[in-house]
Amino acid sequence: MPKSFNKLTAIAAPIMRSNVDTDVIIRIERLVGNSIRGTLGKWAFGALRYLPDGSENPEFILNREPYRQAEILVTGPNFGCGSSREGAVWSLQEMGIRAVIGSSFGDIFFANCFQNGILPIIVDKAIVDGLAAEIELTQGAGRVGIDLEEQTIISPTGKQLRFEIDPRRREGLLQGLDEVALTLRRDDEIRAFQASDRAARPWIHFARKTA
Amino acid sequence: MFDIGEPGQGIVHVIGPELGLSLPGCVIVCGDSHTCTHGGLGALAFGIGSSELTHVLATQALIQRRPKTMRVKFEGKLSLGVTAKDLILALIGHIGAAGGTGYAVEYAGSAIREMPVEGRLTICNLSIELGAKMGMVAPDEKTFEYLRGRPYAPEGEMWDQAVKAWRELPSDADASFDQEVLIDVTKIIPQVTWGISPEHVIGVDGRIPDPQEIDDPARRAAFEAALDYMGLQAGAAIAGTPVDWVFIGSCTNSRLSDLRAAAEVARGRKVAPGVRAWIVPGSETVKRDAVAEGLDKVFIDAGFEWREPGCSMCLAANGETVAPGQRSVSTSNRNFVGRQGPRARTHLASPATAAAAAIAGAIADVRTMER
Repeated sequence: MPKSFNKLTAIAAPIMRSNVDTDVIIRIERLVGNSIRGTLGKWAFGALRYLPDGSENPEFILNREPYRQAEILVTGPNFGCGSSREGAVWSLQEMGIRAVIGSSFGDIFFANCFQNGILPIIVDKAIVDGLAAEIELTQGAGRVGIDLEEQTIISPTGKQLRFEIDPRRREGLLQGLDEVALTLRRDDEIRAFQASDRAARPWIHFARKTA
Repeated sequence: MFDIGEPGQGIVHVIGPELGLSLPGCVIVCGDSHTCTHGGLGALAFGIGSSELTHVLATQALIQRRPKTMRVKFEGKLSLGVTAKDLILALIGHIGAAGGTGYAVEYAGSAIREMPVEGRLTICNLSIELGAKMGMVAPDEKTFEYLRGRPYAPEGEMWDQAVKAWRELPSDADASFDQEVLIDVTKIIPQVTWGISPEHVIGVDGRIPDPQEIDDPARRAAFEAALDYMGLQAGAAIAGTPVDWVFIGSCTNSRLSDLRAAAEVARGRKVAPGVRAWIVPGSETVKRDAVAEGLDKVFIDAGFEWREPGCSMCLAANGETVAPGQRSVSTSNRNFVGRQGPRARTHLASPATAAAAAIAGAIADVRTMER
């Protein structure tokens, strides 16, 4: 069941490298098995977060205070590119991340965030860079505020920054709506489409071995 | 369901087209980002996460925002040794790994019209590496000929009806796109990646870029991290870089035409000492067809290992990994950190270029090995 999102004021960690892919966010072998949910938080960013001997990499931002408490990530361009693995979002969620702010995201990662109550915010790169600079100036102590209702980000120095979001996505997150239930309300329309498409394109609906 | 060892078993993005299950005009979703591959037949195909999969199974529908549109025209004739893989890698290098984010991409132009369907599937496969969730090629006579007689393709009167509908699918001549990109393919040479994003790509005769020459701090940081991870020196020639592993397979490049191209380079030659080179057909059918042509024997005689069909070393999900610090030339689609195993170093290239690396024991220019 998706969680709702309304307001948040929290520690934010800048991860400004471009093209952080979903393999880097969560390695595939952590996603193999039946009961992985709840086990993924400690494996998020595994390749960056741990040294080859398994100990924490002290250089990695999320291993440092106060960033260890981060609930917001401020990210470089194309964060979450690559694989469709939803485990990438689950691992962030399980390490306490509730929102990501960047200039662009991998399309599938972006969609997966909404499915799990994580708010991905797209703003101009200059705004992302400015936020990251403000956070770093306060060595992470300056909190970032997000108000989804008002569609604003409050920077550590109090700047109000407006962001845009698809109204349907916004409603879904604010109310924590169940998307399946919403779509099923339109079951009649879906069935009507299927009936007409079956007549128009029978080869798609009756695929069976012919040769 | 297709069991192991039966025709039909294989990588979903190989068997969908091969069986005639993926058809022009279909909407295809799958819990894998390389679902965009099926766009090579003119399908609207894209990867989704597990929640959206549940949504589709529960409702038979998925609500999507209409993507922006991009048309990429590949114009001109491919030079010797240049393949579909080189074209798409060059495009990613040109517009970046986020260049297609938010777009549905149509690949067009004379090079695409001349390209067999298997090459188009390779091109569309890397759409997601361009950032585009979906990519497609307009269905044409080549598409119809490819599909005719496939096990699940329509036949008889339904086939005629389907082809008639498929002819209506291509974009209008005067269609407008949100973005247009023109690529002169005559300028493209075999490509190889040097870093940890598919956009970190150069021609095989090129030198590894110097991060100090990059202004944008995020990009410079990414370049520095890439060089460090890959164990490479800025300014060095990429050709001649010694390799430990060669992997020819994956949903990008494991079809019969890919294996033929690699076999052409391998025939009568030997894999260099110290290199492990794997050939992994994309499906049981590809495997059987390759065996029928004697390609397995060409590879085995040359010292390659001939493996069972599957995803194998593309993503290291099954214990088939490149060891830490080792260098691999791979025909797959992702050179991400740890993709082929923790600390594994991956260079993406075409099957011909990968075969050339196996023979040379180092990244090599396949054009010098053509016969």
